[in-house]
Amino acid sequence: MARRLPHKDVVIVGLGWTGSIMALELARTGLEVVAIERGPWRDTASDFNIGTAPDELRYAVRHDVFLRPKQETLTMRNNPSQTALPIRKWGSFLPGNGVGGAGVHWNGQTWRFLPDDFRIRTHMIERYGEGIMPEGHQIQDWGISYEELEPYYDKFEYVAGISGKAGNIKGAKQAGGNPFEGAREREYPTPPMTQGYAQELFTKAAGGLGLHPFPRPSANISIAYTNPYGCSMAPCTYCGFCERFGCSNYSKASPQTCVLPALVREPTFEARTECEVTKINLAKDGKTATGVTYVDLNGEEWEQPADVVLVCAYALFNVRLLLLSGIGKPYDPATGEGTVGRNYAYQTGSGSTAYFEDAKFNPFAAAGSLGAALDDYNSDNFDHGPHGFVGGASITCAYTNGRPIQYHPVPRGTPTWGSQWKKAVKETYQRVTNVGAQGSVMSYRNNYLDLDPTYKDPLGRPLMRMTFDFQDNEKKMANWMADRCDEIAKSMGAKTTQVNRLNTPWNVVPYQSTHNTGGAIMGADPRTSVLNRYLQSWDVSNVFVMGASAFPQNAGYNPTGTVGALTYWSLDAIKKYLKSPGPLVQT
Amino acid sequence: MRTDRDLPGTGRIPPPPAKSRHSGHLTRRSLLASAALLIMTSGVSARVVTKVLPWQPNEAYPVPPVIPGGYLFFTPAEAATVDAIVDRLIPTDELGPGAKDSGVTTFIDRQLTGPFGGHDWLYMQGPFSSTPLPTQGLQSPLVPRQQYRLGLAALEAYCKATFSGKSFVQLNGDEQDKLLGGMEKGDIKFENFSSRMLFGAVYANTMEGFFADPIYGGNRDMAGWKLIGFPGVRYDFRDVMAKPNQAYTLPPVGMQGRPAWGEN
Repeated sequence: MARRLPHKDVVIVGLGWTGSIMALELARTGLEVVAIERGPWRDTASDFNIGTAPDELRYAVRHDVFLRPKQETLTMRNNPSQTALPIRKWGSFLPGNGVGGAGVHWNGQTWRFLPDDFRIRTHMIERYGEGIMPEGHQIQDWGISYEELEPYYDKFEYVAGISGKAGNIKGAKQAGGNPFEGAREREYPTPPMTQGYAQELFTKAAGGLGLHPFPRPSANISIAYTNPYGCSMAPCTYCGFCERFGCSNYSKASPQTCVLPALVREPTFEARTECEVTKINLAKDGKTATGVTYVDLNGEEWEQPADVVLVCAYALFNVRLLLLSGIGKPYDPATGEGTVGRNYAYQTGSGSTAYFEDAKFNPFAAAGSLGAALDDYNSDNFDHGPHGFVGGASITCAYTNGRPIQYHPVPRGTPTWGSQWKKAVKETYQRVTNVGAQGSVMSYRNNYLDLDPTYKDPLGRPLMRMTFDFQDNEKKMANWMADRCDEIAKSMGAKTTQVNRLNTPWNVVPYQSTHNTGGAIMGADPRTSVLNRYLQSWDVSNVFVMGASAFPQNAGYNPTGTVGALTYWSLDAIKKYLKSPGPLVQT
Repeated sequence: MRTDRDLPGTGRIPPPPAKSRHSGHLTRRSLLASAALLIMTSGVSARVVTKVLPWQPNEAYPVPPVIPGGYLFFTPAEAATVDAIVDRLIPTDELGPGAKDSGVTTFIDRQLTGPFGGHDWLYMQGPFSSTPLPTQGLQSPLVPRQQYRLGLAALEAYCKATFSGKSFVQLNGDEQDKLLGGMEKGDIKFENFSSRMLFGAVYANTMEGFFADPIYGGNRDMAGWKLIGFPGVRYDFRDVMAKPNQAYTLPPVGMQGRPAWGEN
């Protein structure tokens, strides 16, 4: 039986980007805030120490900063007719763990979604007619517009110190930026990163093809910066240990560099780490949360009562906590009814690997967000009519790292070992670059999340089951993008190129993307969404759910910029809610 | 003690079987934090962080360096077989030392004695399906220590039966290559063990050992890094960004520096 703790105003589940921002902003209003985090405390000097951080085996291969599958994983299958089996070892995606969450190990590519992305269903049908929508889709508008979200994107970018070049300030196009982006109020807080030789070739080639390249917006920042919370960051040194690693240099925006130093000073805030929330507790009416139950380091169970529950874990685990707590009706693909677990989406990867006769790309001089990008083929920035698919991709030429266990490319057809392999590895390392397409994935009836009937976590609770595969629409889109990438790669002067297509079912082994979205989506209709436009549960009005679990489908961008913007957007709504509790949208 | 802070592959004796993370043991980190920050709220044994960042002077979590010499997991015969396999996978040739000569067998031996060797961090609860989909990844209950012990024994038995009583190490290079190629494809059938699983385990660990930081016992003298021109953990390449398309000429550095740093 759980023992009951003294009441708090706000309990936050998970202390990553969204949890730390919420905690800081709400503690500043004088509220008593407690954050409960199942992983350890992590900080730069101790955990991302320069003497220990650049260790590829420990972090990138053995996954030291990630959630241990032993503690929690998911089961997976490609379609509902199959039997799901546990993801015993992370591969396709890598969920974080501990204070800072995915904000510790992310690459830092910090995008705004395009105005069309937020009303993609309406927009596509208006422009092309119903016929363009893919079979079995459940594509939805977000219930919010880019214009509404713009001030909150701005806020997150200035907290994170993002380095970039605006392409559209208040409607005026800016040379050197992304001409397709929605209008922004002002320039990025810091200038773009220094680009390397491959980006130089890409930018020239893409410009020559009539495309519009620009430096990718980056949370690995270019110059020293102090954010509005008074937290200081240092310039990125292009060390090449970003994604899968914490940053030793205070150069990558993270809760550690941008929020926690200010947050811990708030006297009404406390964090409890290595405590796992097992359930959101509901009052007898089922419409009000009374707080959460958690298990501490010693296995003791505690009840933390609170007026407001903010669910700020990783997207997938937000959905599982709702399912385990009985908040909202679980989605059933057979009937199409229910909402929790609905519209799980992911991303596609495709592109072209470019082998040069003679180049010194120095791939080790890199950063998670270093790169040149173009948006000519993203969202609906191009005419989809002739192609018959929905969605798009951001196309980039980038080096995130040259770490040799996982990055020692050889041309296709090279033996996998022996002296010939060794020779090819030596000759190729400096001479290869990549033009890649990170593509959207739409939402479909049979791509969803629910609780697994067989497999359990160490506390005996069901694991979540992921049913997902790439649909024809996504394959068509990704393969069309691969050809566009190949055109650019050839135009860069590659001697040979190798086109990387998407023709196989989703496989859990090779790393693809930790951009898992949906399952607790926002929207305008409680029959097809879990949250209203303020990220407030339709069913339990004092529960708000942050994160990419709110995305109704995925876009061709990294999610964190939009996650950050939605957090600040929801924060304003929560402040209103606190003055007058109840549903912020009437049904 | 099984904690979040156990480190991958070091020379330590393997820990006892894993308990639940809620085992009641205090981690080193808990002790550090508790000195300053353990706050008992109504009797909760939770660690609480409030009002100040929980930082202690010199707090860090380094990996203990592997000290080469002898084997902690492999028998002498197993070590000889692994030496022979990795020497074919990445041979010593005119381009420089290969896997055997850069310590990869020691690397694998020490990895197998640590949490990696027991899949301690992975989800290993049953049931284990005998018919997983190709897309469902790792589904075997065999942990790396078992894969090596059983797999190497099966390889040895196969060699003795197929090559008139010879061991793998007694085969000539061409015979070894042909056999390894067959194991890679799964064409070679061992009794009671998947030849492909053994090949996959050794292959992955060989790449790791050849390219990982030398602190783990492989990549001796940074042979793997020198082969491709990876400068290691210099952690500041702003000079490279300033000079695009130019060769990088400084020698590599590992987490323990590099040998020349010890000279006067």
